[in-house]
Amino acid sequence: MALTHTDVEHIAHLARLELTAVEKEMYRQQLTAVLDYANLLNELALDGIPPTAHAIPQYNVLRDDVIEPSLPLEDALYNAPRQQNQQFLIQSVLA
Amino acid sequence: MRAPPQTVTELRSALRRGEITSVAATQAMLDRIVALDNELKSYLTITDELALEQAAAADRRRAQGEDGALLGVPIAVKDIICVAGAPTTAGSKILDGFIPPYDAFVVQKLKEVGAVILGKTNTDEFAMGSSTENSAYFITRNPWDLEHVPGGSSGGSAAAVAAELAYGALGTDTGGSVRQPASFCGVVGLRPTYGRISRWGVVAFASSLDQVGTFGRTVADATALFQAIAGYDRRDSTSLNVPVPDYAAALTGDIRGLRVGVPAEYFVSGIEPEVETAVRAAIAKLEELGAEIHPITLPHTRYALPVYYLIAPAEASANLGRYDGVRYGPRVEGADMIDTVKKTRALFGPEVKRRIMLGTYALSAGYYDAYYGRALKVRTLIKQDFLNAFAQVDVIACPTSPTTAFKVGERADDPISMYLADIFTLSVNLSASCGLSVPCGFDSKGLPIGLQLIGNALQEATILNAAYAYEQATGWHQEKPRIGRG
Repeated sequence: MALTHTDVEHIAHLARLELTAVEKEMYRQQLTAVLDYANLLNELALDGIPPTAHAIPQYNVLRDDVIEPSLPLEDALYNAPRQQNQQFLIQSVLA
Repeated sequence: MRAPPQTVTELRSALRRGEITSVAATQAMLDRIVALDNELKSYLTITDELALEQAAAADRRRAQGEDGALLGVPIAVKDIICVAGAPTTAGSKILDGFIPPYDAFVVQKLKEVGAVILGKTNTDEFAMGSSTENSAYFITRNPWDLEHVPGGSSGGSAAAVAAELAYGALGTDTGGSVRQPASFCGVVGLRPTYGRISRWGVVAFASSLDQVGTFGRTVADATALFQAIAGYDRRDSTSLNVPVPDYAAALTGDIRGLRVGVPAEYFVSGIEPEVETAVRAAIAKLEELGAEIHPITLPHTRYALPVYYLIAPAEASANLGRYDGVRYGPRVEGADMIDTVKKTRALFGPEVKRRIMLGTYALSAGYYDAYYGRALKVRTLIKQDFLNAFAQVDVIACPTSPTTAFKVGERADDPISMYLADIFTLSVNLSASCGLSVPCGFDSKGLPIGLQLIGNALQEATILNAAYAYEQATGWHQEKPRIGRG
């Protein structure tokens, strides 16, 4: 199944990626090829087969609910591209 | 003058006897990096000040009577693993300038045992690749032939160890990224069982498949690094809380009665004849050493590649959502916040964008069941293949990669041909197995060939001992690449 230009733009929006026109066409072709290859899985009858999300699954891994030291504020903010008043500074989200 | 120690084991002996200090051994490595790495390009960052401080500290610890396998041993760390205070880029422009405020679990463990960190090695961006050509910074070369790739994604670590620019190195292996470059560079690379080593402080690519692994020029060296970093860590909820065996003690070289399975599906068209010949000769050598060889079948092998290329990108698309230019990395300002996020994320390289797009599609409404859901079910069948095989045999032997190192640029424009480089390694990550690559010869161009040995969950000691027996009986590890030899 060939992806359309609209499909690619929709996926790029979902993934929050700005793509150039050249990239859009390249990914349209390449993703179509990879998905065609993935259709190999349609050969298999999979009714009743449970999914495996992790090779060695573990369930309900919890720790005690106690307060422990965490990353100091200055360390947490050290890599921020913009900060103000000990907070990450971003553009306004609600107009 | 005595030749410098060649391996971790030799260096440890020399340090014990007082023939060399860690500071001298570290300085020798740093000098060698300066002399050779302009050509090889295995390191993204040299942490020379840190290394010499750590070396001096190790010498002081040794003077006080301490003696560990890695005390004062200079090693390298893949640049996807956080070392506090040193840049960590994951090979990506989106982490350009990022300085991690803490050490990864594995780095903490290395520091505890007194290993010396020489620097951070090159990687395909976010470990997505099989050649290290996807690094956003530069291409690493294969020390056996600079026109060829070192493999990937841990190509910097493999090349550095092969060229003797580090005594050992850490990498990560999500689909073969330790074993395949180990094979291409003629060194030993171990990918332990998922959960054996904490992923805390390792930049996430595909969380159900990622695992830290180790490189050494010998099996004993890769084992020494593995021993130091294996273990439980409560900060990684997938970490396994099971005892860590004495792996070095398991290297007896005795493999009499070991049941070795040879999967028919791993000797198929597409494999280079010289690779097949070398791997079959290696299996014959295992038999000569007392192993029993059994033909086995892993019937769902052909589905591993499509399963992997749905699951890994799906997980990656979620994991890489965090790169939004808010908390770390560069920010490219746009008209509004969404536009800023989109423009910032345009800093991802082409392969990373490709996988984010693929993963987003496979998880998106209307396609989840057809792609991601289906892949998870086939993963069950692949895992079951391995469990069935390990009911009959102790170790599976096969090629690590269908080919030797390909030329730089040869596969760069065709994603599927690049993905095929990992066709023999992916299944280990999808199942609950562990695997390693050990050198087993050279092709007619002089490029290394790797034998892959796969073990059941937590059976690292079994595959390491089989590799050790083979290595000691053959001596491929004594061959040296041309780089730095005039």
